[in-house]
Amino acid sequence: MNLLLTFKIALKALSRNKMRSMLTMLGIIIGVGAVIAMIAIGQGASSQIQSQIAQLGNNMLFVMAGSSRTGGMRGGSGSTNTLTVEDSEAIARECPSVRMTTPGVRAGGQLVFGNQNWSASSGIMGVNENFPDIRSWPVTSGEFFTEGDVRTSARVCVIGKTVADNLFAGVDPIGQTMRIRNLPFRVIGVLSTKGQGQFGNDQDDTVMVPYTTAQKKMLTITYINQVMVSAISPSATFTAENQISDLLRQRHKLGPNQEDDFFVRNLTDVAEAADQSSKIMINLLASIAGVSLMVGGIGIMNIMLVSVTERTREIGIRMAIGARSKVIRRQFLIESITLSFVGGLIGVLFGVAAAITISRTLSWPTLISPASIFISVIFSMLVGILFGYYPARKAASLDPIDALRYE
Amino acid sequence: MAVGAQVIIGEEAATRKDEELEGSGASAQELITLNHVHKIYQMGDVEIHALRGVSLHIKPGEFVAIMGASGSGKSTTMNILGCLDKPTKGHYYLEGQDVSKLTKDELADIRNRKIGFVFQGFNLLARTTAIENVELPLLYLGAKHSERIKRATECLELVGLGQRLHNMPNQLSGGQQQRVAIARALVNQPSIILADEPTGNLDSRTSIEVMGVFQYLNRERGITVALVTHEPDIAQYAKRVVVFKDGKIKRDYLVDDPRSASEELESLPPVDVDETEDDE
Repeated sequence: MNLLLTFKIALKALSRNKMRSMLTMLGIIIGVGAVIAMIAIGQGASSQIQSQIAQLGNNMLFVMAGSSRTGGMRGGSGSTNTLTVEDSEAIARECPSVRMTTPGVRAGGQLVFGNQNWSASSGIMGVNENFPDIRSWPVTSGEFFTEGDVRTSARVCVIGKTVADNLFAGVDPIGQTMRIRNLPFRVIGVLSTKGQGQFGNDQDDTVMVPYTTAQKKMLTITYINQVMVSAISPSATFTAENQISDLLRQRHKLGPNQEDDFFVRNLTDVAEAADQSSKIMINLLASIAGVSLMVGGIGIMNIMLVSVTERTREIGIRMAIGARSKVIRRQFLIESITLSFVGGLIGVLFGVAAAITISRTLSWPTLISPASIFISVIFSMLVGILFGYYPARKAASLDPIDALRYE
Repeated sequence: MAVGAQVIIGEEAATRKDEELEGSGASAQELITLNHVHKIYQMGDVEIHALRGVSLHIKPGEFVAIMGASGSGKSTTMNILGCLDKPTKGHYYLEGQDVSKLTKDELADIRNRKIGFVFQGFNLLARTTAIENVELPLLYLGAKHSERIKRATECLELVGLGQRLHNMPNQLSGGQQQRVAIARALVNQPSIILADEPTGNLDSRTSIEVMGVFQYLNRERGITVALVTHEPDIAQYAKRVVVFKDGKIKRDYLVDDPRSASEELESLPPVDVDETEDDE
């Protein structure tokens, strides 16, 4: 009596009562479907958070100038002018965990084009050619300024999407000349849309110019406000933080008892906290769904037990014509595994459909992972074995004489 | 050397078997030998002595009717003959093999290969076609698909249901269902067919038809049949009658002139010319 034949017998027995088979599977279908959909939602949320993290920049850290202290009065962060272009270059050169840096010089001022004028809410930023890479913020049209533009303090600028829409309504801004703080600048590129920043500010309402131009032609200063740093990897941001801190303390000649005159902000910190919370959410959703899968399994056991009672005569007939108890046990076990496995497969379809529907109607991001499909199908089969074993053993232990006489 | 050794072992075994048979009073040409069989059921504190020393010998080709009132021990005897139950005391030899000491699994195999069952309530699998019901014993024997289909078809044709291979039990009349059950009992070419009240659920005409099938199989195919019945009329179709009372055999006699189902059917008015067509 080989397994294949037992399998055939079990399949025939199941197909003989399709309604009961379907209802039994329903529990597993819902359970697996729930697991797939829940994990898809959770992972969708997680990947959205991760892409938001990526949007913050390429493993990014900010170095801000610290607070000044004049007598007893302390200024706010960035109020000192101790941070220099040389600091920025030294960080890039001497910190092993740092990939690249750009100085950052903030300026404000009115933008004018033709008879339009506009004040960019995120201000005017002086940066170098590394900026698009560090912030993961490429241009959509035109190009970013080059190292040469930075060296020669060229009067070129790259504008954000909001500025392009408001100042250059209906006109292609590339190649146009606009005035920033009354100085003429040639627009050479438009940045891609970045959306809202962490505090709801419109990051696209901005203008980028070479930091040299900002320092010399707009502000006539020699210091910089910040350094934007890109570390070599997400985990390297933490070592980079320490390396930068040590380097700057040394460069600024700060004694052991002196406070830092700068701040290092690690954006990955925030990001990882967010990522962590989304992982907790996935686990929560998956365990709720797992419980429903368990309930589905108990449903299978229920129906299988009822089925053993209902089919007592059938079992008696099978035993009378020569089925060994082992074969009967296998038949019932295979029946329950088949129910849970097929239920699992249908559940996968349902789960995927549900995930797609949710992401369409509620516009939640969902991500269907092959691993969750694989695991929930395997798990549903295990449920079948676990909850099918007892009814199968019960069927196999029946006495053929009693079973045949059963009404 | 290996071959020689095998032969010796074979001879030894054969000798031992002969001795055993002689010692037990079973003879090699007997199909069924019950030797002083007792069966005691334990119902709580009460012991029920269902069989009190039954000895019965059935030769190949016999047609035996087992009769008796309920509680006489005829069903218990049938269960033991069918290897569904084991004697508490005594021995049961089926084709010379002592089956009273076999395990559950070995008994299942014996039932599969050597015994064909026909029950009062037909006991066909519901929602299963006639041919699938008939091929079931072959499935447990492990026969190939083509072999199963071939033999199941043959057996259904033998009982006159060649046109009904793919009908479900609920599309068949009682007589037809019982004939499917007979085909199922036949399909493994058993040593004996055991029928437990096969006409109990049938009207008199259909009963005669079913008895006709048994008589045909016994007469033309040489198949041994043992059937339990409480109807004296039905017992008269058999060649031999064994009457049980209080767990013992009370009478065991040959029927002088058994009734012939085929002749009786001819003399009956042809009420339903073809019963197989009017039932759906």
